[in-house]
Amino acid sequence: MSSHRKYDFKHLHYVGQDGKLIPELQRAQEEDGYIKPEKIREIHERYGIPLSHIFGVATFYSQFRLDPVGKNIIRVCHGTACHVAGAKEITRSLEDILEIKSGGTTEDRLFTLETVSCLGCCSLAPVIMINDDTYGNLKPGDLKKIIKDYRKREAAEVAQK
Amino acid sequence: MKIIVGLGTCGIAAGAEETYRELLGKLGDANGRIALEKTGCIGMCYREPLVEVRRDDGRCEHYGNVTKDRVARLLDEVVQNGEAIDDWLVWTSDRTGSETAYLDRQQRIVLRNCGTINPEKIEDYLAAGGYDALKKVLSDADPEAVINLVIESGLRGRGGAGFLTGMKWRFTRLAQGDRKFVICNADEGDPGAFMDRSVLEGDPHAVLEGMAIAGFAIGANDGYIYVRAEYPKAIERLTIAIAEAEERGLLGTNILGTGFDFHVKLKEGAGAFVCGEETALIASIEGKRGMPRVRPPFPATKGLWENPTNINNVETFANVPWIVAHGPEAYNCLGTRNSKGTKVFAMAGKIRRGGLVEVPMGISIAEIVHEICGGIKDDKKFKAVQLGGPSGGCIPAELQDTLIDYESINKTGAIMGSGGLVVMDETTCMVDVARFFLDFTQRESCGKCTFCRVGTKRMLEVLTRITESEGREGDIELLERLADLVKNNSLCGLGQTAPNPVLTTIKYFRSEYEAHINNKKCPAHSCQALLTYTITDACNGCMVCGRACPSGAITGEKKQMHVIDQSKCIQCDECYRACRFHAIERV
Repeated sequence: MSSHRKYDFKHLHYVGQDGKLIPELQRAQEEDGYIKPEKIREIHERYGIPLSHIFGVATFYSQFRLDPVGKNIIRVCHGTACHVAGAKEITRSLEDILEIKSGGTTEDRLFTLETVSCLGCCSLAPVIMINDDTYGNLKPGDLKKIIKDYRKREAAEVAQK
Repeated sequence: MKIIVGLGTCGIAAGAEETYRELLGKLGDANGRIALEKTGCIGMCYREPLVEVRRDDGRCEHYGNVTKDRVARLLDEVVQNGEAIDDWLVWTSDRTGSETAYLDRQQRIVLRNCGTINPEKIEDYLAAGGYDALKKVLSDADPEAVINLVIESGLRGRGGAGFLTGMKWRFTRLAQGDRKFVICNADEGDPGAFMDRSVLEGDPHAVLEGMAIAGFAIGANDGYIYVRAEYPKAIERLTIAIAEAEERGLLGTNILGTGFDFHVKLKEGAGAFVCGEETALIASIEGKRGMPRVRPPFPATKGLWENPTNINNVETFANVPWIVAHGPEAYNCLGTRNSKGTKVFAMAGKIRRGGLVEVPMGISIAEIVHEICGGIKDDKKFKAVQLGGPSGGCIPAELQDTLIDYESINKTGAIMGSGGLVVMDETTCMVDVARFFLDFTQRESCGKCTFCRVGTKRMLEVLTRITESEGREGDIELLERLADLVKNNSLCGLGQTAPNPVLTTIKYFRSEYEAHINNKKCPAHSCQALLTYTITDACNGCMVCGRACPSGAITGEKKQMHVIDQSKCIQCDECYRACRFHAIERV
């Protein structure tokens, strides 16, 4: 209760405080891969922002995830150029290869498959991004090998351990 | 001698980083004699990775598609022997090379430094005359004169709406408030637009300088750049640029000893298309849900934390230092009567040369598509261009002589938008394109206005059923009615323009809608549910398609031609993808 009363929107977000909420959520997500409920509570306690407001912001922006994700995030670009170059087939092939639906995570938590609006590499369409690596001019046939490489790398890492 | 590798996002995606590392490794023993540099994107995305060789006598050669395995030959022939590899040559300072036409027709103001300077070194920008405009403005110390100059240049907002930039500055200058803000809108969310990303990655200081000039003109000491989190490279380079500029006293407190302070902060967007709308963007910086509000009051009087705020887009700011340095006449002599200067277009889709082109306003669509971008890929037929992203519309090939300026484009029903230009050929289904954009706007609607939230959803449902062979008579009229309601009952640009792709495709491609609804056919052979699959005599009876078919519709003996039972076919496309002999036909 008391923390609610402390909440003074204008003061809190005025210059110098810089609208801390979104950067805080971004940091929480960077640390854990998604926003854990505890982190939301922490932000609430530190800044006195109502939980409902935090939750509202966290669910508004597509960047924020409230569920855990796989180790590798595959983002399939569905921008205009990629759409006309066959992004649908790319998503479908990936769904087949990974045996998940877009938005889902594989059982071994190795991959999460997402679609995004535009990655801004339109002249290389169709494009996917795996973590920070971009793959362009793809054909559905290329995907098996790309995924296999990631699986191999993971297996090598496990073996090393 | 200098070797310069283009390391924009598109170059990196094409393997430029491997090329750079390979060069770095191989040049190890030659260091001192040959300098290896990075640069941003020159705009020839279709020939990435690009490597420039700048010789000591000033001549330069650009080589295209220089992947890692081509580095050895490049070093051998070009660097060691001083010869040129003609097959790889895209452009030289003597105006030869395969892509000369691409660059020659362009007039590069915004992209003046992109692909020529190292964006991570302020020295490069300074050597190219960077920050001279800011110095001039600060030493003249006449903010009103700056505003007049920008008005006189005729520069209009490049984010889409096309409002006179100088006027916007004047409103903010005249607004009451002790604290004012400058915001750079770098939330480039239009699918198909990437010019802002390229400018931020290739020439971040130009944007910073433009912002500082704007800050001085309107009396603001704080600037924000609201940049998409999906552009990690742009964020990285901006961060470096801000630090470098501050170190040299070109940003921060007491700039160049004139007493003028201007601090720039980066704000990462969190993925919401609607935040490209200025009031939603402001809400997002304030840490709220990015939802637009009623205007007036406009941000110029009540913006960020209720203070007067001036918002311009990346390309607009990048124009400003050039205009100040060269004078308004040099700018307003380009373009048409009401649209001055140049515009950058992000070219993508079914064209031979995709990338960034900067052309003077007043050029025709046909010139851009055919002369600069080399026409349609694979000799297909040019069908339409989509201009302005989800808020824009499709302009058919018949209107390709339309001139590029704000008014002419608006007349077609499309908008200039931020300048994403996606080219479509005969295999693109226009109903599907409309459905694609509605799917986007429907997802990105913030939900504040009922007509935008629900109306776009209903429109999407109708479009989806048309593409899935379940279109009904009257659907076109229903779409038009819904479009009208959504347009007129939404608060912000997102809802007001969301129906544009539908309206323009109905206007110019009505027969395609009718073919989908009445004849259950997709003239572009793109909508899967409307396709008929047949097996041609190219079939050699390998039986792969039969095994791939999930509904048991394909039968045939080994080494005999197979047939598809149309009553069982579910148009899943599996056989088409499985066949290695192109024996499956989709009509």
